[in-house]
Amino acid sequence: MAALRSSSRLLATASRSAFRPAVFTRSMATLGDATNDATPKNSSASKMKKFQIYRWNPDQPTEKPKMQTYELDLNKTGPMVLDALVRIKNEIDPTLTFRRSCREGICGSCAMNINGTNTLACLCRIPTDTQDMKVYPLPHTYVVKDLVPDLTHFYKQYKSIKPYLQRDTPSPDGKEYRQSKADRRKLDGLYECILCACCSTSCPSYWWNAEEYLGPAILLQSYRWIIDSRDERLSERKAALDNSMSLYRCHTILNCTRTCPKGLNPGLAIAEIKKEMAF
Amino acid sequence: MRLSGLQRDVLSLYRQCLRAARAKPEVLIHSVKAVLTITYTNLQKQATRSHFKTFARSEMNKNIKIDKRDFAAIEFLLRKGRRQLEVYSAPGITDIH
Repeated sequence: MAALRSSSRLLATASRSAFRPAVFTRSMATLGDATNDATPKNSSASKMKKFQIYRWNPDQPTEKPKMQTYELDLNKTGPMVLDALVRIKNEIDPTLTFRRSCREGICGSCAMNINGTNTLACLCRIPTDTQDMKVYPLPHTYVVKDLVPDLTHFYKQYKSIKPYLQRDTPSPDGKEYRQSKADRRKLDGLYECILCACCSTSCPSYWWNAEEYLGPAILLQSYRWIIDSRDERLSERKAALDNSMSLYRCHTILNCTRTCPKGLNPGLAIAEIKKEMAF
Repeated sequence: MRLSGLQRDVLSLYRQCLRAARAKPEVLIHSVKAVLTITYTNLQKQATRSHFKTFARSEMNKNIKIDKRDFAAIEFLLRKGRRQLEVYSAPGITDIH
């Protein structure tokens, strides 16, 4: 039954985006010592895996950041990296610090760099090979502690694009602002963005120009409001982007699209903005 | 002595802190009732401005022993200090302990 459901879900999502991770179904968070029904076989043989995790404590600023290694039995751990992190925090080292909330890829809190790729820990399966897994905070961000990055600037930039509906005319019938199905469909692939900052922090152009370049996540959001049929400040929004830094620091490196854990395409959104600005 | 850029940053942060302290009220009056009952004899003076100054000084003193070549630590503390300054310099904050 579960298999059926997940496959039908796969079919539904396959048409939308090829970048979407293939498997979303999750059976458990953290298993206790007793073997769960979900993992009936090879319960006796333990599958040990090492996790190297970036540690840095702001209370001792003179100490350098270091990698700390933890070993877990994968048979007793849930399938996702977040499960492993939670288990390490619960059972091995309570000082390990990371953000997490929804554990299902909808809040964007647990964005981190796992084996060299920015992704959400809750959507990233633990590979079953025996190689050590390396977990770092998002690259090129100031670290608050361990795996927690300082996203203040990212949120400030998000605020600067005015991410809300701006209208002067009331709706004709005094009710909600309506839009056609075709107009609504334009927002698909944009509204799903959860602002986890995976794409922005994977963009080399954003690394070097974070102060002025908005970065893929914010530009995707910007485009979401530019093409919203209900918004009436199109010219103002375009004028705000009309300088050499805000938008045009995108050199179509496309790391953003490769890394997006939600399978969105910020690169395409930025290209659409550029087109919008040109004509 | 010629100061390095980082040293100048630290000094300028300290100066900004003192300047922000100067913007704070010299005497804190807690409530309207206190205003009404004030006479010059029983006026309980609370020099909050000096609280801010001593706070800035003690925060600076906490890390005074850091090696001047430990750039990473100093840069982190500078960022932390600027963030603290941003919070404490808000006009809503009238006293500090």
